[in-house]
Amino acid sequence: MWGRIFNLVLKEFQQLRRDRQAKFRLIVPSLIQLFIFGYAATFEVYHVATAVLDLDHSQESRELISRFEDSGRFPIVLTARSPAEIHKAIDHADATVAIVIDAGFAEELRKGVSAPAQIIVDGTNSNTALIALGYVNQILAAYGQDMGQDLSRRLHPAQPPPPTVTLEQRPWYNVDYNSRWFFVPGVIATLTLVMIVNLTSFAVVREREVGTLEQIMVTPIRPLEFIIGKLIPFFCVGLALTVMVAGVGTLWFEIPFVGNPFVLLLGTSLYLLSVLGIGLLISTVCLTQQQAFATNFFVINPAFILSGFSFPIASMPPFMQWLSLINPMNYYLIIIRGTFLKGVGLSVLWPQMLALAALAVILLGSSVLRFRKSLD
Amino acid sequence: MTLRRVRAIAKKEIIQVLRDPRSLMVVLLMPLMQMALLGYGVNLDIKHVPICVFDREGSQQSQSVMKAFQASLYFQIVESERDYDGVKRAIDAGHCKMAVVVPPDFSQNLASTNSASVQAILDATDDNTANVALGYARSVVGAFSGNVQLQRTQSLGQQPPVTPAVAQYRVWYNEDLISRNFIMPGVVALVLALVGAQLTSLTISREWERGTMEVLVSTPVTRMELMTGKILPYFFIGMLDASLCLVIAVFWFEAPFRGAVTTLFLTTSLFLIVVLGLGYFISASIRSQVGASQIALVVTMLPTTLLSGFAFPIDQMPPAIQALTYLVPARYYFAILKSVFLKGSALGDLVAPIALLATYATIVGLLAARAFRKTLG
Repeated sequence: MWGRIFNLVLKEFQQLRRDRQAKFRLIVPSLIQLFIFGYAATFEVYHVATAVLDLDHSQESRELISRFEDSGRFPIVLTARSPAEIHKAIDHADATVAIVIDAGFAEELRKGVSAPAQIIVDGTNSNTALIALGYVNQILAAYGQDMGQDLSRRLHPAQPPPPTVTLEQRPWYNVDYNSRWFFVPGVIATLTLVMIVNLTSFAVVREREVGTLEQIMVTPIRPLEFIIGKLIPFFCVGLALTVMVAGVGTLWFEIPFVGNPFVLLLGTSLYLLSVLGIGLLISTVCLTQQQAFATNFFVINPAFILSGFSFPIASMPPFMQWLSLINPMNYYLIIIRGTFLKGVGLSVLWPQMLALAALAVILLGSSVLRFRKSLD
Repeated sequence: MTLRRVRAIAKKEIIQVLRDPRSLMVVLLMPLMQMALLGYGVNLDIKHVPICVFDREGSQQSQSVMKAFQASLYFQIVESERDYDGVKRAIDAGHCKMAVVVPPDFSQNLASTNSASVQAILDATDDNTANVALGYARSVVGAFSGNVQLQRTQSLGQQPPVTPAVAQYRVWYNEDLISRNFIMPGVVALVLALVGAQLTSLTISREWERGTMEVLVSTPVTRMELMTGKILPYFFIGMLDASLCLVIAVFWFEAPFRGAVTTLFLTTSLFLIVVLGLGYFISASIRSQVGASQIALVVTMLPTTLLSGFAFPIDQMPPAIQALTYLVPARYYFAILKSVFLKGSALGDLVAPIALLATYATIVGLLAARAFRKTLG
C-alpha cells in the first residue's frame, strides 16, 4: 500500500516541479498579497488632515490649535478665513477634521463658561472618524483640565487644585497598535485556504475532466490510497507556504514570534487537513473545472469574510456568528495570533485545536466517503 | 464601425447567454450572495467590548469606577479577577479584550495628591478593537473624573470647579458613526467589480474552447465592432446587477442615500464599462475559460478589497502603496459612491474622479480592442 502511495506522491511532485506556471501561480500572488497586506492594511490613524478657522485670535485659541499641531497627528492643511471655506474643505474631503473657534472663545474660557469651539469631523469613514475623535478627545481633555486648573488658581488661590482621575494604558502584545502585527500572521490562514482549496479541487477535477482518473482507477491503487497520495503533496505545499509567510513576516516585517513553533505546527497541520477536506469535497460535487472555480469562490469568500481576519466576529449578527463556528479559518486565526503575538500554548489553545481536529475529521471523512461513491 | 455588425454580434452573444441559464443564475445570484454576506459580515462598529475588572483596593471609590464601566454601553464586564494571573488568563484566552485595574492606593492617592489613575490593560493583538476600546475607556474615566471633582467641591461647600468643556463635536455625513453607512457603497463597488469582470472574462475564451473561433475570424467584423457587440449585452446585465445591489443597499441595509439617481446612473455606467473592458481584455489574452475567470477574480477581488479605500483608508497608507491605488478603478468609483450616498454630491463635485474613470475606460477599451487578434496562430 505505502509503495503505491509513495509512487503517486512522487508523480504529483514531479508534475508540480515541471509545471513552471503552477509554481508562478503559487508563489507570486502569495508574495504580492503578503506585501500589500503588510503595507496597506492599517486601521490606525496616523495623520488626520485638519482645517482651522480661528475667529478669536487670542492666546488661548492659538494655544488650542498648537496643541493639535504639536500632537503630530493633526497636520494643518488649511487655515480658513470663513466658515464657507471650512465647509468646502470637509465636503471635498481635503480635511477630515476642522477646528472652528468663534470670537469670544478666550473671554468665555476665562469666565469659566463652556467655550464654544467646534470640532467638525467628517464621519464618512466611521472607523477613522472614531479613532480620530479619540485623539481629539485626549487633546481637548488635557487642554480643558489645564485651563480649569489655571482658572481655579486665579479665582480661588487658597483652594487645592481639583482632583483628577486619569487612565493609564497598557497595551499588551502589540505596544504600538501596529495593524501589521494583526494582519501579516493572518495572511498565512488566507493564503493556505485559497491555494490549497484551489489546488486540491482542481487537481482531482482536472483528472476527471481529462479522463486520467479512470486510467488511474484501473490500476491496482485503491481510492483511499489515491486520496492519500493526492493529499500529501498539497499538505507539503501548504506547510511550505506557511513557512514562507512566517519567514517573510518575521524577517522582513519584523513581526514578533514569541510562541512555541510546535504549537503553531500542530495547529497548521490540523487546519491544512480540514482545508484539504474542503477541496476534496468540492471536487466530488463538480464535474468541470469551471464548476469547481465557481464553487471554490462560493466557499472561500464566505470563509474569508466570516473568519475574523479583518472584521470582528463579535460585531456580526448572531446567525453569522453561528456560521463562523464551522469555519476552520476562525479557529486557526486564533491559534496563529496566539502563538505569534501572545505566546500562549496548548493550555489556552486546546479548544481551538479540538475544534479544528473535529472539523478535519468530519470534512476529510465525508469527502473520502463521497469520493469513493463518485467513482462508482 | 458598422452598427449592423455590432448588432449581429450582440444578438449572438445574447442568444448564447440565454441558452446557458446556469451561468445566468450565477451572475444574478452572486451579487445577491455577496451583498448579504458583506452587508451583514463587514461591520466595524465595536460595542459591548467584553472586559474584566480587577479591583485591587476594594474601596467605595474603586467600586464606583467599576460601576462607571458597567454603566457604559460600550463595555460588558464578563469577569472579575482576583490577581494579575487571572487577568492574564482572561486576556490570553480572548474572553476579555480589556482589563480595568484599580491600583491599591487609588482613593488614598486621590485624597492626598489629588490625582489617581486607573489602568487599562488591552489585548492589542487586534489593534483596532483595542484602540477603539481605549477611546471609550478614556471617556468613561473622563466623566468619572468630572464627577469626583463635583462631589469633592460640594462636600467642601466650595464653588464647583470649572473644567470648561472646550468644544462640541459635530460629526458630518455619518452622524452616528455607523460603519455600514460607508461600507455599503464599498460593497456595491466590490460586487460590481467582481461580477463585471467575470461577465466578460468568458466571451472570447469561450469561442476558443467551443471551436467557433475559426468562424468568427472568417467574418468581416473588426476588432472594435467585436468588442462593442460583445460588451453591450453584458452592460445591460451589469446594470441590472448594479440596480439590484443599489436597491438592496438603500432599502434593505438602509444606507443613507442623499444624492441624485442620475448621478449614480451615469457614474455606474462608466465604472461598468471599465470592468467589462477589463474582463474582455483578460478574455482576449487567455485562451482557457477557467484561466480567464481565475485571473479576472484575482485582478478584481484583492485590489478592490484592499486598495480601493473601502476597507482601509488610503491616506494612511505609505506613499508607494498610495500610488498603486490609482491603478485600481474601484478607487474612483468608491469615492464617487461614498460622496453621492453620504454627502449628496452632484456631478459637478465629482469632476476629478469621473474624468479619471473616463480616462481609465478609454485606455482599457483601446487595450482590450487591440488584445483580440484575428488570427488563429
